[in-house]
Amino acid sequence: MLNLYQLRQQKKDGESGGKSAGSQKRASAAQLRITKDISELNLPKTCKTEFPDEDDLLNFKLIIQPDEGYYKNGRFSFSFKVGPGYPHDAPKVKCETQVYHPNIDLEGNVCLNILREDWKPVLTINSIIYGLQFLFLEPNPEDPLNKEAAEVLQSNKRLFEQNVYKSMRGGYVGNTYFERCLKA
Amino acid sequence: MEDSGSTDWPGRWKHIRRLLERSGPFAHPDFEGSPEILEFMLNNCKVLVIGAGGLGCEILKGLALSGFRNIDVIDMDTVDLSNLNRQFLFRMKDISRDKATVAAEFVNNRVPGCNVIPHFKKIQDYDPSFYRQFHIIICGLDSVIARRWMNGMVLSLLNYEDGVLDPSSIIPMIDGGTEGFKGNARVILPGMTACIDCTLDLFPPQVNFPMCTIAHTPRLPEHCIEYVKVFLWPQEKPFGENVGIDGDDPRHIQWIFEKAQDRADQFNIKGVTYRLTQGVVKRIIPAVASTNAVISAQCVTEAFKLASSCCNPLNNYMVFNDTDGLYTYTYEAEKKEDCPACSQVPQALSFKKDAVLQDLVDHLKNSASLQMREPGITATVNGKNKTLYMQSVEAIRKRTKENLPKRLSELGLTDGQELVVADVTTPNAVIFKLKYEV
Repeated sequence: MLNLYQLRQQKKDGESGGKSAGSQKRASAAQLRITKDISELNLPKTCKTEFPDEDDLLNFKLIIQPDEGYYKNGRFSFSFKVGPGYPHDAPKVKCETQVYHPNIDLEGNVCLNILREDWKPVLTINSIIYGLQFLFLEPNPEDPLNKEAAEVLQSNKRLFEQNVYKSMRGGYVGNTYFERCLKA
Repeated sequence: MEDSGSTDWPGRWKHIRRLLERSGPFAHPDFEGSPEILEFMLNNCKVLVIGAGGLGCEILKGLALSGFRNIDVIDMDTVDLSNLNRQFLFRMKDISRDKATVAAEFVNNRVPGCNVIPHFKKIQDYDPSFYRQFHIIICGLDSVIARRWMNGMVLSLLNYEDGVLDPSSIIPMIDGGTEGFKGNARVILPGMTACIDCTLDLFPPQVNFPMCTIAHTPRLPEHCIEYVKVFLWPQEKPFGENVGIDGDDPRHIQWIFEKAQDRADQFNIKGVTYRLTQGVVKRIIPAVASTNAVISAQCVTEAFKLASSCCNPLNNYMVFNDTDGLYTYTYEAEKKEDCPACSQVPQALSFKKDAVLQDLVDHLKNSASLQMREPGITATVNGKNKTLYMQSVEAIRKRTKENLPKRLSELGLTDGQELVVADVTTPNAVIFKLKYEV
C-alpha cells in the first residue's frame, strides 16, 4: 500500500523534492483528443477545414461543397467550437451560411442526432463532418427544423429542387431572402 | 501536551491517539503505531479541499475535527440564500461574500489551532507549483469538466524516471459527488489506480433533447423551456447583443419563463413554472444535505487513512443510494489500458541543443520503436497551445511547415517540455518529454 506518511517524511513541508515534473500543466484530455482528431482528419473531397489560428485546434470552420444532390455546387460554411468537456460533450456546430434546408434553420441551428441526443465520446470530428455531408445528400423531412422546407420536400420534390437552387443563386424563397452561396 | 502546540487542552486528541499510537485488530498489518503520525497530521500534512459548497462545508468540518490543521480551500463562488439550508458554515449575513473566505473564517474561529487558507479563485487560476505543495486533494465538485481538469493536474504532477513512476510524486485525490439521494466517493492514486478519465462513461450523459422536437413537436414542459433557450434567446436578444443567459439573473429567468409559458399554452402543455425554468436553465439537481454528509464523511475518513496509513484506503469506488432503504457497494474501478489521461507515461526524447523540428519529425518516423506515418505535434508553450507541425489539414501544414527548419529552442521548447504527438499508428495522442543532451 501507498504509505503517504513515510513518503512524505523525506520531504517535510510537502515541497516536492528532487527533479520536479515540468512547471506547465499537461495538455488537457480534451486537447489531447482534439489533437488526435484533427491530425487524423480524413475528409471527402467535398469538405475542407479552415483554421484561423493554427495553434487553436478547438475553433475552426468546415466548408462543404456538395458535388451531387440538391445542393450541388453550393458552398456552406459551419463553425465548430470544441469545449473543455470534449469528448464527453459534443462540439457546438452552427451553420454560417443561410440555407434552405429541412434540417437547418435560418439561425444556423443544425438538427443532426449525433450533435445532441446521440452524441457518444467514441465519435470524432470526422464522424460529425460525414454526418453534415450526409445532410446535404439526403435532407430528412422527418425531423424538420425548417418546417416549410420539409413540407415542400415531402409533397413536391421538383419544387423543392427549384427552391434550393433559387436560394443558392441568391433570392427569395417565400418571404425569406437567401444570400448567394453558389461556388464561384 | 508537549508536542501539539499551545492551543491544545489535555486529552484533546485522546481518541485519535488510540488509533494512531498502537496496533489493533483492524489496523493494517504493516502499521506501526507512533506519536509521530499525529504529529505529521497536525503539523505537516497539507490538505487541499476543492469546493466550499455542499460537500466542501462538510469536508472542512470533518478534516478540522479529525486533526488536520493545514487546510487550503478553493472556491470561485459566493454565498447564495439557497445554500443556507445545508452549507452550514454560512449565515444570512454572509450572502454574496465569497464561500472560501467565509468557510475558512468559520472553521478557524471554531476549531482552535486550525489554519484554513481560503482561495477565492478558479482551480484553473493555479499552476502545478501550487498544487504540488499538498499531500492530499479532496474534491467536492459539481461538474465533470472541473473533475477532469483536476485529474489532469494531478496526473501532470507525476514524475517518471526511465518510465518508472516515482511514488513520491503521487498526490492522492479523493473525489466525492452527490445527486439527490445518490452519491459516490472514490480514491484515486494518480498513475496507479483508475482515474476520472478511465471511468468517464460512468457520468450520466447530459440530457439533450433532439433539436427538431424542441423546434416543432414539444411534449414536455422542459421542451418549451429549451425552445426559448435555444431559439428565442439568440433571435430576440432580450437583454442586448452578445448578452448570454445568466441563470443567476432573475430577470433572465423571468423572461424565459414567460416565453416558455406562451409556448406551452400553444401546444397545450402543462407544468411550466418559474422553478422548473430555473432548474432547466441552470441544470439544477436537487441537493440533499444528508447525502452530502455521508459522502463527505467518507472522503474525510479516506484522507485520514491515507495521511496516517493506519488502514487501507477505499479500493476504490463507493456508491451510495438511500432513495429507497439504504444501499451501498464498493468495487474496484479498473484502470483503463488506453486511458487518454493516465495511460500516458511520457517517453523521453533526447536531442542535441541545436536540433531542428525536422530532426524531431524524422526521428518519430524513422525510429524503430515508433515508426510513425504523419505525426502531428503540439506543445504547451507559455501556457498556450502551440501547433508545431501537422500535415492533415492543408492550411495548417502550410503554416507550420515553416517551423521545420527552426531550432527546437527557437520554437520555445525548453528542457523537460512535454510534446503531444498524434499519429494513426497509436490509439491515443502520445506524450513525449523533450530532453536536451548536454
